[in-house]
Amino acid sequence: MSKRYSCHKISEGKAQAEAIKTHDRIMFYQVRPEDGVMEEKDHELVGRSIAQKVLLFPGGKGSSVVQQDGLYHLDRFHNMPAALIVQDPDPVLVAGAIIMEIPMVDRLPQEFYDAVKDGDQILVNADEGYVEVL
Amino acid sequence: MILNDEQKAMLNGDLGEGAAYAMKIQFALGEAFDAQRMVPIKRAHVALSNQDGDLWFAEKLVKAGAHCKVAPTVNPGFCTGHFTGACGHPADAEDIAHMIRTDNAYRALGAVLSYNCTPYIATNVPNFGEVCAFSESSATPYVNSVWGARSNRESANSALCAAITGYVPEYGLLLDENRKGDILVRVEADMKTPYEYHLLGMMGDKIGEGIPVFTGLPHTISAEALRNLGAQLNTSGAYGMYHIVGCTPEAPTVEVALGGKKPKYEVVITNEDLQNVEATFSDKRDNDKVDFAMFGCPHFTLEEAQHIAEGVKGKKLAIPMYILVSSHALQMAQRMGIADVLAEAGAEIIADSCPDQPCWHYLKGKVGITESPKCAYYPRRRGIHFIIRDLDTCIQAALTGEVK
Repeated sequence: MSKRYSCHKISEGKAQAEAIKTHDRIMFYQVRPEDGVMEEKDHELVGRSIAQKVLLFPGGKGSSVVQQDGLYHLDRFHNMPAALIVQDPDPVLVAGAIIMEIPMVDRLPQEFYDAVKDGDQILVNADEGYVEVL
Repeated sequence: MILNDEQKAMLNGDLGEGAAYAMKIQFALGEAFDAQRMVPIKRAHVALSNQDGDLWFAEKLVKAGAHCKVAPTVNPGFCTGHFTGACGHPADAEDIAHMIRTDNAYRALGAVLSYNCTPYIATNVPNFGEVCAFSESSATPYVNSVWGARSNRESANSALCAAITGYVPEYGLLLDENRKGDILVRVEADMKTPYEYHLLGMMGDKIGEGIPVFTGLPHTISAEALRNLGAQLNTSGAYGMYHIVGCTPEAPTVEVALGGKKPKYEVVITNEDLQNVEATFSDKRDNDKVDFAMFGCPHFTLEEAQHIAEGVKGKKLAIPMYILVSSHALQMAQRMGIADVLAEAGAEIIADSCPDQPCWHYLKGKVGITESPKCAYYPRRRGIHFIIRDLDTCIQAALTGEVK
């Protein structure tokens, strides 16, 4: 039984994929392009791949080039996340998602975060402003 | 977001495909942050990185015929002149070709080819209240906090788009109500030199998210110290702005800095906190030896180059030393004889370059010494490691080859 939540569009597009959640901020520079595995030591997702997944995370960190360049390298190996769901968007992260054409949304209710588990199938439709847990 | 006629024409492609692409990205950014309109900028600074993603984007804009309406200054790549010849460690041909392509792309876009990460100190200084688009981690907080200009924490890409369209979406730090501090940071540590401001900036985890209001700092703080504070705040976290009570222009008192509200919480920073930063962010080594010294992340000023020259004058360094500066500071150092003193001791003073560039390939596997945690942070992914100490300790280490 699927459940739909409304959200706010940041970067256009839609995608459906498995969810992966983290409480830690992400710098895409620290993700290995060849397989999408998080390399940052002490990161909650260290050793796990974010490639082709719907990534739920608080927001970005790092200097003003790290997100778009990191995503660009992931894209060369087709390992970018399928979609991004964030809580605290910053301009560096947002511009990176828009330029690399990854759907990105925010303003999901806490209820959504409580409901989603790693591995759940999620549909992100940024254009129509909703996220569905399938 | 409501656009004026010129902005609409840009978005529709009437002013060329390049301007349309830049405007499309900025329009999406404005919508994402609920901006109501776009406002003109007077200045921009693009954190050119000379990396694949950066070159891909710049060349895409060139191909689309984009040209900057407001010529932005740009960040360092690396100095092909220095790394092709006399230094004895030539850069790879592939890396040089990449740097030349980057240079050509930004030249075609009409950028100011400054290759300097501290434009706010000399070459691109905004007035109070001026709206601008500054990317680069040390630059955004400096123009907002120290100069009282208004810039969001732009990415390199969004700042370039702003330079092309001449506009930014109005949101965030461009609006009065978002420029107030919300975290009170009481500094009890001894802030003796610009080095302690590096360490203070690395307290991002303890300070948390928001706009910090620092108390307990002197009322007169050097440009170098303020540069360091902003650079490290954006290495340990993401900050567009800070206030220093009695020092920065929008913080005459704690009450004004906080906008008359109570802070969401208070943080106290002690000498012990700063000592922990030094230990935590230094790489470990089982002896006291270091292989080289590197300074200038962000770029060192002429005064800092002079300070090093005084420390090494008439002596010979035991290990290589690299001092990264703006081309302006390099020229002054040459005119004033500082560069000669440094060269006689064995130090290299280099313009246009940055520790996070491929030209340092020959330092892979080595351990250097630096006063900047940011210098230690980014080159780690290139296999270059650093011990962090205050500048005078670094200079002594360069003279003996050992950290005392």
